[in-house]
Amino acid sequence: MDSAIVIASVLTIMTAATPLVFAALGELIVEKSGVLNLGVEGMMIVGAICAFATAVTSGSAFLGIIVGMLAGAGLSLLFAILTQNLMANHVATGLALTIFGIGLSALIGDGFAGQKLDPLPKGIPGLSDIPVIGPLLFGHDILVYFSIVATGAVAWFLTKTRAGMILRAVGDNHDAAHSIGYSVIKIRYMAILFGGAMAGLGGAYISLAYSPLWAEGMTAGRGWIALALVVFATWKPWRAFLGAYLFGGVTIIQLIIQGYGINIPAQFLSMLPYLATIVVLVVISRDKYLVKMNAPACLGKLFHASH
Amino acid sequence: MLLKLESRGEISRSMLYATPLIAVVLTLITGFFLFVFLLDPSKNASAFDALYTFFVDPVIASGGIAELLVKATPIILCAIGLSMGFRANVWNIGAEGQFVIGAITGTIVVLAFYDVESVFILPMMMVAGTLGGMAWAAIPAFLRTRFNTNEILVSLMLTYVAVLVLSWAVHGPMIDPDGFNFPQTRLFHDSALLPIIWEGTRLHLGAALMLLVVLAAWLIISRHLIGFQIRVIGMAPKAASYAGFKEKKLIWLTLLVSGGLAGFAGILEAAGPAEQLVPTFPQGYGFTAIIVAFLGRLHPVGIFMAGLLMALTYLGGENAQIMLGMPKSVTGVFQGMLLFYLLATDVLIRYRVRIGSAVAKSANA
Repeated sequence: MDSAIVIASVLTIMTAATPLVFAALGELIVEKSGVLNLGVEGMMIVGAICAFATAVTSGSAFLGIIVGMLAGAGLSLLFAILTQNLMANHVATGLALTIFGIGLSALIGDGFAGQKLDPLPKGIPGLSDIPVIGPLLFGHDILVYFSIVATGAVAWFLTKTRAGMILRAVGDNHDAAHSIGYSVIKIRYMAILFGGAMAGLGGAYISLAYSPLWAEGMTAGRGWIALALVVFATWKPWRAFLGAYLFGGVTIIQLIIQGYGINIPAQFLSMLPYLATIVVLVVISRDKYLVKMNAPACLGKLFHASH
Repeated sequence: MLLKLESRGEISRSMLYATPLIAVVLTLITGFFLFVFLLDPSKNASAFDALYTFFVDPVIASGGIAELLVKATPIILCAIGLSMGFRANVWNIGAEGQFVIGAITGTIVVLAFYDVESVFILPMMMVAGTLGGMAWAAIPAFLRTRFNTNEILVSLMLTYVAVLVLSWAVHGPMIDPDGFNFPQTRLFHDSALLPIIWEGTRLHLGAALMLLVVLAAWLIISRHLIGFQIRVIGMAPKAASYAGFKEKKLIWLTLLVSGGLAGFAGILEAAGPAEQLVPTFPQGYGFTAIIVAFLGRLHPVGIFMAGLLMALTYLGGENAQIMLGMPKSVTGVFQGMLLFYLLATDVLIRYRVRIGSAVAKSANA
């Protein structure tokens, strides 16, 4: 393979992986606080349409990104109220969020199908013209770099900061955290809102950079894949990042196989990411001890301060 | 002023039945404002007209009841199956995929016996459809019991795979040879179509079979030991294991039953209103069934009523699209909203709301 194909492949892997990185990082923080939000897919798709609609009408991709994040956070606020204040079941509420989000995005997107948008600008002027290394290191849009920074920041936050320690304490034993005076609900609210904004950002990346258009259901299960990535990563940020890039790689396999003219029906190639998710989940969860050691102990359990 | 939740210490039976109704009323009120916002001014219709078009018109139209039952049949069948699992904390959310695979395996029978006129075709299709759905649900069951893999994610991923299998099948091996290369199967022949049980409407035998399933589920859940075991595992898994109920056995059982019913619903839909398979065959009934299961309180009779209501949101969405030019996706928004309100009001079952006092403040501090 010549270097042009390699470079193109790497770039495709990175754009395919970036939305997953954002959504998985957000959910990782949420789950570390002891909350299981299955609504990632719904928040992502609402983020995608809100970002796209804003970018098309205002002409500003930056504004689109902000609105996409706000939309994701807005939906997650509903989840937070229901699960934290009204003590609704996490699984059922997350499913409701996804069903609602998919419907809402279709409703908002009604007038936006078929409209076109320039993708996010790529590359650092000057540097990205260096042969081979230039496009690989400097040829990306700003959000790709941000996803790397964000992964580092989340890892640092969880392991090196006091706030991160408190967040983990709340996720591992909410009763103990409550009795030493931490506000479990407030901390979880912040984690849920962060998760929503990151899912919205992932959605915004899909509709602004990955495929700059709007189509109903365009997130195509990536929110669910992000949820699987968190388990795959055993709740560690850099492993989630790595996992997202592996999935980016699976996406590229489809293109390579088609490029070589191997005669496999397109539908089977499209199944790859979903099948890979299942395989990865099986590999990780067959080791019960591994999951138990790393999963937040209070994940998905309800908390009510009655005393 | 502080609102505080105070534990009732027991489950309020009256609230158990009241909150679904409260949720419906709240959804209608929110829907009213949604319509005010969405209505095209050139249509010259008020939000009341819109609500009427959405929720009343479809039922009072001629043959409306029959259409409602036709729509509700697959939703209720899927929801009955899912509710069994939900009671035992087994979260099969891939009914949509099992529905699609059941339709495909049932259709294989149709195409294999395309020249045969026989009363045995329909029962064979139903068996094949049920087995197909069961096989698809057996994958998450096997992975959960053998490798401890989360059945939520696996069953959902398999839904995407199932839709792709359908797309491949109708583009390739099952394509109509006389269909000018359109991605569709042959139209089912007469022996493979469900008989109409109400002249002049589309109401087919499947609706009657659905009623039988509802009755059977009711008997099982209230009278049979398995029903009791399912309930106990869901409420108190530790107690269940002391009592010797096999958790793995119930995971298998609930997934196979829910998968089988979803597959059965799939072939009924194909042999009823659809009459063939096309790539857009799945209409989201498997996902709607999740809402129906909750709204119906995981009880067969409740599910039957919730299923009719949810079928109405489909018909209403189509009606509003034709008459008022509204996007069809309003249906999904209504469905999601209904589930939100239900989950929100469910807090009243276990807690009562108190206006804050000094006691409340000290507890919150």
